[in-house]
Amino acid sequence: MSDQIKIDTGISIALTGSGGAGVMTAGGMLLEAAAKSGFYGLQTRSVGPQIRGGEAAALLRLSNHAVEIHRGGFDILFALDWSNFSRFAAEITLDENSVVIFDPEGGEVPEIVSAATKNIIELPIKKFASEIPGGRMNMIALGIVAGAIDLPKETVLGLIVRKFASKGEAVLEASRACLEAGYKHAGSVANAPKLVSDAENADVPRWLITGNEAAALGAVRGGIKFAAAYPITPATEILEWLAPSLTAIGGNLVQAEDELSSINMIIGASYGGIPSITATSGPGLALMTESIGLATAAEVPVVIVDVMRGGPSTGIPTKSEQSDLNIAIYGLHGDAPHLVTAPLSVADCLFTTQWSVHLAEAMQVPAIILSDQYLGQAKMIIDKPADVAFFADRSKVEKIDTAYTRYALTADGVSPMAIPGTAGGQYTADGLEHSVTGTPSSAAEDHHDQLAKRRRKIEGFNYGTHWAEIEGEGDLVIVTWGSTAAPVREAAELARAEGISVKTIAVRLLAPLRVEALEAELAGARRVLVIEQNDLAQFYRYLRGHVDLPADTRAYHHPGPMMLSTTEILSEIMKEHRL
Amino acid sequence: MSANPDNEISSLSELLTHAYAIEEDAIDRYHMLGDQMEVHNNHELAKLFRDLAGHEEKHAAEIKARAETIGLMNLKSSEYKWPDTEGPELAALDEAHYRMTPWHALQMALKAETRAFEFFDHIVNTVTDPEIKKWAEEFREEEAEHVTLVERLLEKNPEPPAGWADDDDPPNLQE
Amino acid sequence: MNVSAPLKASDFKSDLKPVWCPGCGDYHVLLSLTKALADLERKPEEVAVISGIGCSSRIPAYLKCYGFHGVHGRSLPLGTGLKVARPDMTVIVAGGDGDGFSIGGNHFLHACRRNIDLTYIVMDNRVYGMTKGQPSPTTEPDWDSALSPGGTGLNPFHPLVIALASGANFVARAFSGDIRGTTKLISDAVNHPGFSFIQILSPCVTFRPEQKEWKSAIHAPPVEATDDPARAARRIMTDDGFNVGVLYRGDRRPYKIGDGVEHKTVADLEQEFQI
Repeated sequence: MSDQIKIDTGISIALTGSGGAGVMTAGGMLLEAAAKSGFYGLQTRSVGPQIRGGEAAALLRLSNHAVEIHRGGFDILFALDWSNFSRFAAEITLDENSVVIFDPEGGEVPEIVSAATKNIIELPIKKFASEIPGGRMNMIALGIVAGAIDLPKETVLGLIVRKFASKGEAVLEASRACLEAGYKHAGSVANAPKLVSDAENADVPRWLITGNEAAALGAVRGGIKFAAAYPITPATEILEWLAPSLTAIGGNLVQAEDELSSINMIIGASYGGIPSITATSGPGLALMTESIGLATAAEVPVVIVDVMRGGPSTGIPTKSEQSDLNIAIYGLHGDAPHLVTAPLSVADCLFTTQWSVHLAEAMQVPAIILSDQYLGQAKMIIDKPADVAFFADRSKVEKIDTAYTRYALTADGVSPMAIPGTAGGQYTADGLEHSVTGTPSSAAEDHHDQLAKRRRKIEGFNYGTHWAEIEGEGDLVIVTWGSTAAPVREAAELARAEGISVKTIAVRLLAPLRVEALEAELAGARRVLVIEQNDLAQFYRYLRGHVDLPADTRAYHHPGPMMLSTTEILSEIMKEHRL
Repeated sequence: MSANPDNEISSLSELLTHAYAIEEDAIDRYHMLGDQMEVHNNHELAKLFRDLAGHEEKHAAEIKARAETIGLMNLKSSEYKWPDTEGPELAALDEAHYRMTPWHALQMALKAETRAFEFFDHIVNTVTDPEIKKWAEEFREEEAEHVTLVERLLEKNPEPPAGWADDDDPPNLQE
Repeated sequence: MNVSAPLKASDFKSDLKPVWCPGCGDYHVLLSLTKALADLERKPEEVAVISGIGCSSRIPAYLKCYGFHGVHGRSLPLGTGLKVARPDMTVIVAGGDGDGFSIGGNHFLHACRRNIDLTYIVMDNRVYGMTKGQPSPTTEPDWDSALSPGGTGLNPFHPLVIALASGANFVARAFSGDIRGTTKLISDAVNHPGFSFIQILSPCVTFRPEQKEWKSAIHAPPVEATDDPARAARRIMTDDGFNVGVLYRGDRRPYKIGDGVEHKTVADLEQEFQI
């Protein structure tokens, strides 16, 4: 059998340009047109450091079945210009079958491109645009690519009307004419791959959504009514979606002065009985950790979404990396049991956030959700997510007849909470160690009792089967987490199609780690591969510290900014398979 | 400091309400000081302040009984006509010290009782209503007895020598 | 307790005995606060007292209200979150000068600016007591201590003028020993819409015994409260630091909290994602 398994599902397209050329808009419309035509797909972005006018790449993969990650190669590269193309070169890998379309006015074809493929088509896009009053290159490119891959023109036209109608007849007409011109020249790209529809999928209700939007929606589905926000890339979209949405459903979002404030605002709101959330990235999470410890000690449920980016320090704010696992699990001082979860796909951002809200509220504990820049900002066509019955359902005392003990030692460790306003339930929540009543105490017995109670409530909880998504059977097992689950699952599926047995375990509940369940799933494993996107193999080391792993357990990992691709994981599966 | 020197007691009920509040506040105050001494392990003083509170309790009960037919008013703290920032018969909190001796406590009590005496004395000398005047005279008399009582106690508890507040240990670091 | 009888100050006190040093000004503040709450006719369960870390931040547990003793410097964000989520609660944030003006300084600026309807009481003794006497932002430049031998040489922070400049709607100075005055100021502050700030000079008898002299330095301001920030600023900047009373009472627009009405369902929100 060959080492190379060909991945030919769907079409991968890269649109690049700079100086406000509008490739992201064109890419977005291409994705939406594919969605409306019954296809699946995703779009990510890669951009320079400029706020406006920088170089940008819209990276798309379109398919007739659900896809969650780029496959690691591109069929079509459309370069409006070559400004700083080297910034994207590592992400836009081309081979001899790739088709490259470019405007000669946009500079020389970089050597890395001309060395990869001979299918290079020169089209004077800028000239075409100049022939149309108000014409724009990105709309012509949209027409060319949409035409080349066989997307129906009426669908794209419909999107143009919706997008530009508000900008006046002249703009709308110019865009329409550009699109027509693009479709006219699509024939020049005759050797491009075509999208072939799958009749079965045509009527499935689908959504177009980013992971950040999905996480925000999961939060309100779970019952979140309050958010505090401090802007940070790449988490801001969660907060910006929540701002009007929370107001619309009777809640509130407050913009805080910093993350020290935002975490405390949600602790204050949740102390008031209102389910609360914030979203941040690594630097913000670092600032919040002291107060996440407060929420742990005072037993106030809060949810923190960490949309991870390259670290440490300011790191690479616009690129994905799974390197906040250690701080999320170990970042709190003292013995501070809390929850750490990770969504396993863009769609799963919704489920995992909703589930995390439920868990945090049920156990009166902080939950940190480790999303990342890829999941958060990838725009994806997904099947409409199912409604799940996970809601904020906090144990509260309604009526108090006898003396109330806020931190009573219950069997499951969860003590009913008196919500401010409840007569007779007054207590002082405290980050100082306390007795069952909440009174500060340095007594050994109180410290031991409260530590044990806070540990008991999260270790004894019934998490059901949601702690991980497990697929396949075999003595080769891949254990992964977070966004890396997408290429792992795709690679495993391709390997299975080639007759290789491989089992994948994508862990959603990172803390408390379900050690017994994981060991049971690993019972028949001969070899284990732990896959993640960071330099220190944080997850591998975490598993090594807690789980009885087979001797032949190996980590495959690398830091961002490059995502782990299906291709490279498949190649690792092949290596393991041969051993 | 804010004070209401111009206000005058204008009814019997108001007088009784003030007389009762003086005692109730004094009870709270002595217990507050008792708590402070308990927390700081000055048990002798804790007991003394509790005893003083007990004494005021008896007095308060008497006033309440006498007020039964006339009735007490529900006043907000700002509606009381104290000559100073709070009720007159209150031991000054800022004079407390964790190593204080009975002499200090009795000095605090003496000042408080004297202020209470002066409060009623002022009413006796300024009100025109004979009924209020008669009752105020009675309260003034009681306070005079208290002053005498505290003075007698002070004879048995002389002023401690200098250095009573010395503590060889440094303060403790907390949070 | 007879349910129909109005609550007294002592009904707002918990059974927990304070750990404050006897003679500490904070005992007076505790008294004034309970008197103000009784005067305001609030029920203990309708009030939340939120604090950070430090001697004075121990105050919530000494009250019979809802309380939150959080981490150092973050009491204002805690109180802000609670008030926005639960506008029906009376929220009082309390703490000391180190907690509020040093580690929590940024929150102080933005809480004034945000102008949410809550009351912030700072018991200012110009020293860190819980850590045995280090200079705070309000300490005099020449005050000698182990951490800053010979004094910090730094000008003290002026919380009142900063509150005024940052947008607080009610700015007052009080002296802990003036129980009647402090009680009235707290109750006025709670009643005034928007963010109310009271700096209460509260002597530390252990580390700053010389502050016992404050008692004789205190006096009422020579003029009435103003709603003109420029006049208020001039007065605050030029007075001797011992004027007590309301120094500024404004009508700056308070923070707008959502109406709490469900205008849309979550299902409505989901529409935007449908293809």
